[in-house]
Amino acid sequence: MARTLAEKVWDQHLVRKGEGQEPDLLYIDLHLVHEVTSPQAFDGLRLAGRPVRRPDLTLATEDHNVPTLDVLAPIADPVSRTQVETLRKNCAEFGVRLYPMNHAEQGIVHVVGPQLGLTQPGTTVVCGDSHTSTHGAFGAMAFGIGTSEVEHVLATQTLPLKRFKTMAINVTSKDGRLRPGVTSKDVVLAIIAQIGTGGGQGYVLEYRGNVIENLSMEARMTICNMSIEAGARAGMIAPDETTFAYLKGRDHAPQGAQWDEAVEAWRELRTDDEAVFDAEVDVDGDALTPFVTWGTNPGQGLPLGENVPDPEAIVDENERVAAENALAYMGLEAGQPLRSVKVDTVFVGSCTNGRIEDLRATAEVLNGRKVADGVRMLVVPGSMRVRFQAEEEGLDKVFTDAGAEWRSAGCSMCLGMNPDQLAPGERSASTSNRNFEGRQGKGGRTHLVSPLVAAATAVRGTLSSPEDLV
Amino acid sequence: MEKFSSHTGIGVPLRRSNVDTDQIIPAVFLKRVTRTGFEDGLFSAWRQDSSFILNQEPFTRGSVLVAGPDFGTGSSREHAVWALMDYGFRVVVSARFADIFRGNSAKAGLVAAQVAQPDVELLWKLLENEPGTEVTVDLREKTVQAKDITVPFEIDDYIRWRLLEGLDDIGLTLRHEEAITAFESQRPAHKPVTV
Repeated sequence: MARTLAEKVWDQHLVRKGEGQEPDLLYIDLHLVHEVTSPQAFDGLRLAGRPVRRPDLTLATEDHNVPTLDVLAPIADPVSRTQVETLRKNCAEFGVRLYPMNHAEQGIVHVVGPQLGLTQPGTTVVCGDSHTSTHGAFGAMAFGIGTSEVEHVLATQTLPLKRFKTMAINVTSKDGRLRPGVTSKDVVLAIIAQIGTGGGQGYVLEYRGNVIENLSMEARMTICNMSIEAGARAGMIAPDETTFAYLKGRDHAPQGAQWDEAVEAWRELRTDDEAVFDAEVDVDGDALTPFVTWGTNPGQGLPLGENVPDPEAIVDENERVAAENALAYMGLEAGQPLRSVKVDTVFVGSCTNGRIEDLRATAEVLNGRKVADGVRMLVVPGSMRVRFQAEEEGLDKVFTDAGAEWRSAGCSMCLGMNPDQLAPGERSASTSNRNFEGRQGKGGRTHLVSPLVAAATAVRGTLSSPEDLV
Repeated sequence: MEKFSSHTGIGVPLRRSNVDTDQIIPAVFLKRVTRTGFEDGLFSAWRQDSSFILNQEPFTRGSVLVAGPDFGTGSSREHAVWALMDYGFRVVVSARFADIFRGNSAKAGLVAAQVAQPDVELLWKLLENEPGTEVTVDLREKTVQAKDITVPFEIDDYIRWRLLEGLDDIGLTLRHEEAITAFESQRPAHKPVTV
């Protein structure tokens, strides 16, 4: 029978098919761990006297709590420090490899997995973090789990799961390219605005079409990363030559004869021509322009050229109330041009846009320009490797010459768990993934943007795209 | 996990859609390494507003939260479920739950009862007009009842069975350990290892 990519990967990991109402039992190839969602899971193992079944399929890194300044000093916040130290103790006790702060391989868990070559086509990848969907860019089935499930995977290397539905997101344009200044971040923000924050619930999304095929691996990761913001369990892209070229030679990628064997298996990981998705959505790539959010959920976004919407014009009552609440929280007026919105802070980084290509794009816009007076800009690499690579290319110099701050690797200002936060009422243009109330710090106001829009906004001080900089 | 068959308690109407897990418990409260004590973080930003529902009697004693659609979106933090339970909630009613939140609820023993939005509206009106109204959530019958309103709810059959029996997932899975070992012996050699 014809199957979709997601169904093929599912079937390959079936330890046991559920009977009746029982879920299937799926094998997990790679379990990524960080300090926030794991302590109670390790504690559960300890209480039950259970070992970690497969430490060799488990990898931990420190990311959410880590400061990005003064990284050689102990973490100042005692509670953050305890959480990081707890991870270190747990990894030592249970034999899990850990990349701690200041290790050359440390970084955001979703940047580390792919750059090490651990994230491979056709694998199942889980992590106690909803942005695990990032790894789907390789044709992996990757999804976020809660702490009880973290414990379950540590103990059994499996998860009981009910089959997900499948949704195709077809992104096409005449020549397969996006317009200048339009990035994969704009694509995914537009998709979420189109299908809504609940549109993907219960589904694995498969991004397809000539626009997707022409994207780099890093751009694909940005799209899959935000699948969860549409409510989806996972996002996937079929592996192709771009995927294989990215993986070849990476530390944990197969070598020699195993490489050839792997590539042969990976080539089978495509949705069959006759396969039927449970739902399909078409996105016109030619119509896409730089996209920004105006509200407090990632579905509340519009093209940068538009105005802040008027809640009165929204028919659905829940949506209208949500829009009213959002405008009040964000301090915006209905009808105000988005380009007129002034920001205090610009953040480039996170598991969504903290990779080397994102930093190159940011540097290209900033090169020879200055960050506007009164605006602070943080550029935070997603991993130590990204940091070293950027420094080798001299990007750090471009950032600091422009007046931006160049930091060390971590989740940083994506979420309010470390010292990088917005003050109450402060407004940011951020390349991260969530504009929820208080996400970047209590009372902080977030506009989600691409790295290109972030850089242009930093220069002008108001939401802008590079074409505004002439 | 404790068995759950039915629960009766004060219903709390929360007229908001897209209640994301950052609202349920902000990240700053996630630094604890224990399993308990998360009640202080529950809706902590909203609770600073004196008009917020959980700052009003008798809702401070509520145990059945009736919320708008798309409850529990965003971050995978199970702490959101723990915060609700530590505060005293045993049930959340909504027309639509985010997948990860629904899964986490099932593991921790919080009932995520999916009720059609028109029925949620009925419950909201009742709970707002008569604060303190008790709501009974019957997991065997899959009904939510308050005064003369009785509405059905949906929940995954397997999750329902586990909640009714109070069964631990890991124990259930380990009954199939032979199948796991057999699967492992046939995994392709090119699959990655972290060591």
